[in-house]
Amino acid sequence: MEVQKTALYNYHKNLGAKFVPFAGYEMPIQYKDGIVKEHISTRTHAGFFDVSHMGQFFLEGDETLIESLEKIIPADLKNLKINHSKYSFLLNNEGGIIDDLIITRTEKGFCIILNAACKENDIKQISQFLKKHHKHLLNNDLSLIALQGPKSVEILEKLIPGVANLKFMTGNNFEFEGENLYVTRSGYTGEDGFEISISNKKVEKLIDYLISNEVKPIGLGARDTLRLEAGLCLYGHDLNEKINPVEANLKWAIAKKRKEVGGFNGWEKIKNLLTKGSEKIRVGIKPDGKVIARENTKIFSSDNNEIGFVTSGTFGPSVNAPVAMGYVKSEFSEVGTSIQLEVRGKKYGGKISELPFYKKSYVK
Amino acid sequence: MSEKKFSKKHEWVSLDGDVATVGITKHATEMLGDIVFVEVPDAGKAVEKEGQAAVVESTKAASDVYSPISGEITEGNKAIADDPGSVNTDPEGASWFFKLKIKDKGEYDSLMSKDEYDKFCKENPS
Repeated sequence: MEVQKTALYNYHKNLGAKFVPFAGYEMPIQYKDGIVKEHISTRTHAGFFDVSHMGQFFLEGDETLIESLEKIIPADLKNLKINHSKYSFLLNNEGGIIDDLIITRTEKGFCIILNAACKENDIKQISQFLKKHHKHLLNNDLSLIALQGPKSVEILEKLIPGVANLKFMTGNNFEFEGENLYVTRSGYTGEDGFEISISNKKVEKLIDYLISNEVKPIGLGARDTLRLEAGLCLYGHDLNEKINPVEANLKWAIAKKRKEVGGFNGWEKIKNLLTKGSEKIRVGIKPDGKVIARENTKIFSSDNNEIGFVTSGTFGPSVNAPVAMGYVKSEFSEVGTSIQLEVRGKKYGGKISELPFYKKSYVK
Repeated sequence: MSEKKFSKKHEWVSLDGDVATVGITKHATEMLGDIVFVEVPDAGKAVEKEGQAAVVESTKAASDVYSPISGEITEGNKAIADDPGSVNTDPEGASWFFKLKIKDKGEYDSLMSKDEYDKFCKENPS
């Protein structure tokens, strides 16, 4: 398959981006400033991220569309208000996570934001449950820009009046340069911010404005350190088809009503795990020293039994220490439990930690 | 102190009598990005030419640092293990990785000069 590029590819190039192949796209991993500076400027000012490689999947239909989607998504879609969003999943028959996603109710149906690497399979999986009269479209004419950081609201409000009124996990239609765009208050960094769905034709104008307000471009490298500090999962690493939401410590994302009534893929298994607990569970991990426990690092108990593995690990610039997430046997999951991490054949001490590693300080 | 010589794996070496000082080049740090972890060898460890001797990690990935020359480690630079970011600031000066007592000066002589190394980097961009 040919490598794909987002509408902003040349713009990134001019900004000095270093590119890497990611999910079939050439994406910026970092710009001139480098990952640590990009990370810090997002936490202290604001940064923008081109996430146009993600799928923007629109569905239209009557009441039966809700029934169809609820078979594969364990959110309470029936009671989801227009312009409200939920974090949820696509589940397979065993309750495994096919993808994690954000679903928003629109006037005519739903919009689902899908991970780039999963989007084609996701649409196949969702389509199995759709009826002939349900319309669906993966809209490739739209870019998706995340604006994240404490100054985001002040900066975007000047350009698009009204966005400051949006509450977390809600969105609305706005006008920019004579065209409609859709803005949600959401993100993947642990900071306040927005995700802006905008036509490919207008996206450069939006970025021009952000840059003139000292918003820095942020690559995938800092996106990863930011989300990991915020304790958020990355599909394909912390989540996959063999992991269910209970193991992933994401049972909060299954709607209460749906937990009781079920009617979605894998419910029998999930219901059982909700009562009994799972054998393994996702936890936060803090190495004691400076050593970085990266993906696939083996985790041992203090008495040298192998108890799990790391799924994401890096250096957290705002925590100023290494941070990781991984899966351990549930009896070792209590915060503060001493563990050992095997890095390059040597065992280093560490502890099970609370998530997130980085807590936003809401200064008023 | 002798002139700096360079390896294809982006290490530099300078020689003072039979003690060599080894670090990674500025070009290497630019490729690595922000350095967040360094592991240096302990004194007494024997290293082979092109054998793994230290570890450097950036926000992106972990890389091995090889010794361009064989010998016995006399000192690892603990200061860079305590402050890995200093490798980005002064890679070819204060932020050397280790010193070793060499066995064969011929190994040093066979490394690249500064001009040869610069040419090598230009021809092998990554």
